[in-house]
Amino acid sequence: MSFFKKLKDKFSGNQEAEQSTEKYKEGLTKTRTGFTSKINDLVARYRKVDEDFFEELEEVLLQADVGFETVMELMDQLRFEVQRKNVKDTSNVQSVISEKLVEIYEAGDAEINELKFADDLTVILFVGVNGVGKTTSIAKLAHRLKNEGKTVLLAAGDTFRAGAIEQLDIWGKRVGVDVIKQSEGSDPAAVMYDAVRAAKSRGVDVLICDTAGRLQNKVNLMNELEKVHRVISREIPGAPHEVLLALDATTGQNALIQAQTFKEVTNVTGIVLTKLDGTAKGGIVLAIRNKLKIPVKFVGLGEQMDDLQPFDAQKYVYGLFAEGLDKEEELENAEADK
Amino acid sequence: MAFEGLAERLQGTIQRIKGKGKVSEADVKEMMREVRFALIEADVNLKVVKEFVKKVSERAVGQDVMESLTPGQQVVKIVKDELTNLMGGEQSKIEFATKQPTVIMMVGLQGAGKTTTSGKLAGMLRKKHNRKPLLVAADVYRPAAVQQLETIGKQLSLPVFSKGTDLSPVEISRQAIEYAKAEHLDTVIIDTAGRLHVDENLMQELKDIRALKEPDEIFLVVDAMTGQDAVNVAQNFNEAIGITGVVLTKLDGDTRGGAALSIRSVTDKPIKFVGMGEKMDALEAFYPERMASRILGMGDMLSLIEKAQTNVDEAKAKELEEKFRTSSFTFDDFLEQMNQVKQMGPLDEILKMLPGANKIKGIENAKVDESQMGRVEAIIQSMTTQEKTTPEIINSNRRKRIAKGSGTTIQDVNRLLKQFEDMKKMMKQMSGMANSKKGKKKMSMPGLDSLFK
Ligand SMILES: Nc1nc2c(ncn2[C@@H]2O[C@H](COP(=O)(O)OP(=O)(O)OP(=O)(O)O)[C@@H](O)[C@H]2O)c(=O)[nH]1
Ligand SMILES: Nc1nc2c(ncn2[C@@H]2O[C@H](COP(=O)(O)OP(=O)(O)O)[C@@H](O)[C@H]2O)c(=O)[nH]1
Ligand SMILES: [Mg+2]
Ligand SMILES: [Mg+2]
Repeated sequence: MSFFKKLKDKFSGNQEAEQSTEKYKEGLTKTRTGFTSKINDLVARYRKVDEDFFEELEEVLLQADVGFETVMELMDQLRFEVQRKNVKDTSNVQSVISEKLVEIYEAGDAEINELKFADDLTVILFVGVNGVGKTTSIAKLAHRLKNEGKTVLLAAGDTFRAGAIEQLDIWGKRVGVDVIKQSEGSDPAAVMYDAVRAAKSRGVDVLICDTAGRLQNKVNLMNELEKVHRVISREIPGAPHEVLLALDATTGQNALIQAQTFKEVTNVTGIVLTKLDGTAKGGIVLAIRNKLKIPVKFVGLGEQMDDLQPFDAQKYVYGLFAEGLDKEEELENAEADK
Repeated sequence: MAFEGLAERLQGTIQRIKGKGKVSEADVKEMMREVRFALIEADVNLKVVKEFVKKVSERAVGQDVMESLTPGQQVVKIVKDELTNLMGGEQSKIEFATKQPTVIMMVGLQGAGKTTTSGKLAGMLRKKHNRKPLLVAADVYRPAAVQQLETIGKQLSLPVFSKGTDLSPVEISRQAIEYAKAEHLDTVIIDTAGRLHVDENLMQELKDIRALKEPDEIFLVVDAMTGQDAVNVAQNFNEAIGITGVVLTKLDGDTRGGAALSIRSVTDKPIKFVGMGEKMDALEAFYPERMASRILGMGDMLSLIEKAQTNVDEAKAKELEEKFRTSSFTFDDFLEQMNQVKQMGPLDEILKMLPGANKIKGIENAKVDESQMGRVEAIIQSMTTQEKTTPEIINSNRRKRIAKGSGTTIQDVNRLLKQFEDMKKMMKQMSGMANSKKGKKKMSMPGLDSLFK
């Protein structure tokens, strides 16, 4: 059975999975048509797997922001794989590629792709550079967790940016969860301290903490973040249980440095890849997963509170290669009819 | 994990070429491959890179690169010049309307920095151009976007036209223009909501705002960290509403900023300003040459050279250069050179501007050990005149004496002697380069980095 067929089978049969796959496909339409149509173009143009083919493939990946090093590694592995399996027909290469991509994501521990919850209070800290979508993602995640029956509290840890507290406050009202806040300009570590205390005394399940956007090369701001992190761990051993780095899908190679630096300072446990509803591919997450072993946990597919989906490597690739699936299925059916 | 700059990347090739004494076309090709890598890593769009490399290759192959003593440096220079040309001259000029008020529209993707830049721009227009700006809160979608602009207006003591989130952005903008006329506010800055370039409804909204009164400027605000997609974003916004210029934000980060080149080459619109921080005064003019250096990872050589030029005595510099050339550079000259460098300002500042400095971990907090320089000074002062001019004679006995005399160790003395040798070699190369080309004088700052090892 082909790889795509396996995927398809995995998702049919399951109503819920099917639905979210649809939503995923919808959000990824632009991404998919960009990426997959290019792959299909390739398939159409080349009947043989030769150097020209690899070169074009390389360009497709580079244009998805995967980054030079990772693309080179991937190409080497693909060449090897193609040689080993003796794949001559380009259309089969398509499935080798997607298998390879999924493999990168699934390398290592599979369960690190999911949120980790503590037995009592779970603390989730959001970090990232300016304007990537931290606050919006927090609202989306709160909405999601609330729908799962959890009680959620938010902490307005961005005391710096104009209107940041009001922004989270408005989201809190929309989602229907409380927000712990102080006035603009106050110490974010103090806000966290308050919030952790409030979360404990109210006995909520999850506390999600917003922080101000900061560029990773600002030493003072990174120190401030470290302090925020420290205050939380001091109040609750083992917390924060998740540190999620919001990453804008339009970001180029700097994302790798972002991931590395934020990881050093706050021990990032996962990525929320935002704005994937645009035309950018966010391919740099491949490099990040590959080099820093940080998994993507969620993807943002719009500005509304239900526009957040758990990241699923297979679904992601499925979305990217959906057209490929249909094509291959047709082929298989045609063969079966013979 | 900071990326290597082009100069470092070219090191390998250059070394090999130096050994061969002659540069083949294949070498140029190899160097161009490095150029391609460097540009892609800097986030320049792949298609733009291809065109660029083709153009530069043509220029490089035809030129004296082949005979030059330091072909690597020549290539870097050609690449940098070409990049600089492509990004256009300095153009932070703003168009003002003859018929009041001037209308400036800020557009772009979500989170790019439109609201912040609107505030910065308003502040700048008041300060530098004596304008009376009105900020317009036309983002009715993002929660608290209106409050954000109101807060910024308060910080700047500038008026903000806001009507909450019930009216449409087009209606708000229309009223704002009327209000500005009535209140004699001569510049209207419309802060629009972030939107995807593929969102047709929202792009239509921009067209409707634009139709109210033809804006004198439509600035596309772009995050400097944007990757390959920058071309699509810029192209779509430009085609839909016709931008007049670009503001590149968050350049205070450590991104290379190749998006600048991508945007420029697909829209042909000038980058007018750069955002250098979150505060309201962090808006600067765009300098293509600095941007080119940055994209190539060459450090802020320009500022360094500017600093050097204001501090280094021209005549002395000439004299020194002559000495490099004839290899009659002595430890006395070394001391003098060091003192000139000292005059340029705090060394840690200078160090940060050096190419490759961004690769050094913790450079932000780096403190140059000025006492190290004191040690160097002491060592040199403990030398005899003969030793200063012909350091070759400094044998182990002399080393012991010098160390003792200067209160340092033999290792310190050895290190300095080694550095001096290295430096002399390097100077010879540098002056060789300066002389091979139209006799153009170069500011020399040999071995600066080796002082701090
Ligand atoms: N299209 C789209 N827009 C998004 C997504 N996530 C966030 N945004 C938008 O991006 C903009 C910035 O989002 P914020 O959540 O304020 O980002 P932030 O990281 O908290 O920003 P700062 O606090 O200013 O650093 C807002 O206009 C959001 O509506 C997404 O998945 N898709
Ligand atoms: N470091 C830095 N941050 C910036 C710059 N310009 C904007 N920002 C930040 O980027 C984030 C988004 O900016 P905002 O103006 O709200 O973007 P908008 O959504 O396009 O209106 C905020 O956190 C700003 O403080 C800049 O030049 N440097
Ligand atoms: Mg925020
Ligand atoms: Mg805004």
